[in-house]
Amino acid sequence: MTTPGDSVREAVDAAYRDEWGQVVATLIGMTGDWDLAEDCAQDAFALALASWPRDGVPRRPGAWLTTAARNRAIDRLRRDAAGAAKLRQLAVLARDPGDQPAEDIPDERLRLIFTCCHPALPFPARVALTLRTLAGLSTAEIARAFLTAEPTMAQRLVRAKRKIQNAGIPYRVPPADLLPQRLAAVLAVLYLIFNEGYDEEDERRALTAEAIRLTRVLVRLMPGEPEPRGLLALMLLHEARRATRKQGGVLVTLENQDRSRWDRELIAEGVAVLDGALAARRAGPYQLQAAIAACHATAPDAASTDWPRIADLYADLGRMAPSPVVDLNRAVAVAMADGIQAGLKLVDELTASGRLDGYHLLPATRADLLRRDGRAAEARAAYEEALTLAPTEADRRYLAGRLREL
Amino acid sequence: MSWGSGRIGGVRYVLLICDDETDAPSNEEMAADPVHQAWEADLERRGAEIVGMRLRPVVDATTVTVREGETLVSDGPFAETKDFVGGVVIVDCANLDEAIEIAAGHPYARRGGIEIRPVWE
Repeated sequence: MTTPGDSVREAVDAAYRDEWGQVVATLIGMTGDWDLAEDCAQDAFALALASWPRDGVPRRPGAWLTTAARNRAIDRLRRDAAGAAKLRQLAVLARDPGDQPAEDIPDERLRLIFTCCHPALPFPARVALTLRTLAGLSTAEIARAFLTAEPTMAQRLVRAKRKIQNAGIPYRVPPADLLPQRLAAVLAVLYLIFNEGYDEEDERRALTAEAIRLTRVLVRLMPGEPEPRGLLALMLLHEARRATRKQGGVLVTLENQDRSRWDRELIAEGVAVLDGALAARRAGPYQLQAAIAACHATAPDAASTDWPRIADLYADLGRMAPSPVVDLNRAVAVAMADGIQAGLKLVDELTASGRLDGYHLLPATRADLLRRDGRAAEARAAYEEALTLAPTEADRRYLAGRLREL
Repeated sequence: MSWGSGRIGGVRYVLLICDDETDAPSNEEMAADPVHQAWEADLERRGAEIVGMRLRPVVDATTVTVREGETLVSDGPFAETKDFVGGVVIVDCANLDEAIEIAAGHPYARRGGIEIRPVWE
């Protein structure tokens, strides 16, 4: 049974999910003090829990929470002398916060995410700071998600906030000349958060949903930029296939996945988001990866996959974001499109270059191509090499299974 | 130029100009380098430079440490890396992004690296 208390609790939870980042971002913009902003946001949500059951859920929870947090910040700043001096500098406080309609509160989350993902911060700190300040995960939750001790994670967050202050990292959306590079840094953080949760079953799974949510926010805040849409499409298309990626703890390859269990709705949304991105005619690495994922997701069965197009997309991706892993994927696509020999030739070139030494998917891919070519003895040797390099149990089980089938 | 004469409300940064000294250009060569000339012109336009100087090579360096009350003097640099600090410029910037922009324009950003250290005010 649902009691009124439950529905208020749900309203506060929903507001926490939807508004936390905006409240914190606004408070940082107003005070320049990250810790104060977080504390006051926390206080505002506590106040909501206490007063919404009595007064009802406000019509615009976000505006209510921002005002409550702002008032709390003013109270706290008034209490100490330095804060009082600071208050006088804050032009924004000259206005009565109660007068400000919600529509006029600028969305500060964009400034927040670009600051969290500033390249002067260590990468793990960017990830942690984004999850804490923008997504509202607790330090304990972030520590668990990254298998780190809580004090270590807390220290990482403290150091990052201190560096923002001490090094003068600006709280802003970067100007146009810096934007492509800085946006790439933001997208890399979001994609890492997505991938951290992708193959997991426990609470780390939540990271994937969190990454999709944050990327949706970014897409809304930067409607003119195609790459955030590309990343969102990529995430949705991956997510659509997640349930079929493993069976009994063993990896299932794309061609053997049960396509009837792929999430059609997510695929349709992913393809639509991708089409929206491609309409801008400014290709980028995430759009290309999403286009490849879309080729797979929309093929009715493995045999009708459009491999020539996938091979072309990988070639484009390799030019735009050179990586030996991309070259390896292209080799597979070329093998499927132009024949095993053409693919093997590319794999052998990669092996000779030494750029993927120690990477288990290099011998595993070679083994697969040799198997398809009917060269069982050579395939066996390559699978065995891959087995010694495979990093996870799921990878080893998959390779062992392939070996047995030879 | 006097200290703190830069723009109001800025952050002061020390740019440590680093490289490995394998083929250090002479001061005259530096002055003739168009990249360095452009960099100097940009600094002047910004009015950002407070003080700047080139350092003698690391063979002329002396490191002093005090441990348990005893002063230890050793030759060479403090940090044992392959790159050494070859010059110091103090700039007054609006924020770290401006300091990064200035650092990226220095010719040693290409041959070595520039370490940006905020001044502890």
